[in-house]
Amino acid sequence: MSHDHHHDHDHEHSELTETQLRVRALETVLTEKGYVDPAALDVLIETYEKKVGPRNGARVVAKAWADPAYRARLLKDGTPAIGEVGYAGRQGEHIVVVENTPQRHNMVVCTLCSCYPWPVLGLPPVWYKSAPYRSRAVSDPRGVLKDFGVTLPQDTEIRVWDSTAEIRYLVLPMRPAGTEGWSEEKLAALVTRDSMIGTGLAKRPEDLT
Amino acid sequence: MIDQQAARRATQEVPSIPRDADGPVFREPWEAQAFAMTLALHERGVFTWPEWATALSVEIKRAQGAGDPDTGETYYLHWLAALERLVSQKGVASMDTLARYRDAWDHACDRTPHGQPIELRTDDFR
Repeated sequence: MSHDHHHDHDHEHSELTETQLRVRALETVLTEKGYVDPAALDVLIETYEKKVGPRNGARVVAKAWADPAYRARLLKDGTPAIGEVGYAGRQGEHIVVVENTPQRHNMVVCTLCSCYPWPVLGLPPVWYKSAPYRSRAVSDPRGVLKDFGVTLPQDTEIRVWDSTAEIRYLVLPMRPAGTEGWSEEKLAALVTRDSMIGTGLAKRPEDLT
Repeated sequence: MIDQQAARRATQEVPSIPRDADGPVFREPWEAQAFAMTLALHERGVFTWPEWATALSVEIKRAQGAGDPDTGETYYLHWLAALERLVSQKGVASMDTLARYRDAWDHACDRTPHGQPIELRTDDFR
């Protein structure tokens, strides 16, 4: 399957689907003519963060927390393991899962084109698309994390992953304390999009309302 | 200001919008973008919701005539086609202009290395 995928050709340029090109064209024209304000559009779209795509990532993470055998399969080869929870498709292909530990925190930069694995992660955050975020995430990951309210111990190494045309990353956040014996469904409620990008941590039990 | 209230009103005015208890739901990010642009144009008074509903139903009928299975998966494709057509009919931007910008974005993608921000430049319009 992966070998005949067109991402595997050696072109390394960005891709947008035909539909995405049309949507961008509309947005650019309407913005230039003053009919829409991209920032206002982004604010509205952000309010639908939890309403876009199947967001299978939270289920994947919860299953990995609850089931050690699944966790092992997921870390060994992310794509088929993610397929097990019911998602297999174009944007989700070639997903590598990187695990957060007390020693290492992972953070993903990119992606700005159709390769963003939205079926797994949901809607990309607005700030994620911005060039300043991208460059700062690489040069000052600890500072970016601090902006998001995440302070890690000084001795925790931070690794920044940049997706390529062929590989996208999903961060497996650390399971919060105090969740022993929780069902996968209950655990999934703790998994935020930002925790799967690495700009946040999973919620704690006391954060659930 | 476009907001969730406006979005909720839109789902009342255009009953076919896929939704759950809280409001519209989207399968892909671009669907939310198309929805948000429509909301913004409505707020600007470019069209009324009845006009929008008519334009959308015309697109859906057109697609059905061309063999669209009408499973709901293509709903926002019809939505996008209706938006393009209405934008053109209302004199906001012609179909030619939209096509020119579409091609420019395509060129921008081709010259942008993967992972870099895709931005339009003047020379993408060629």
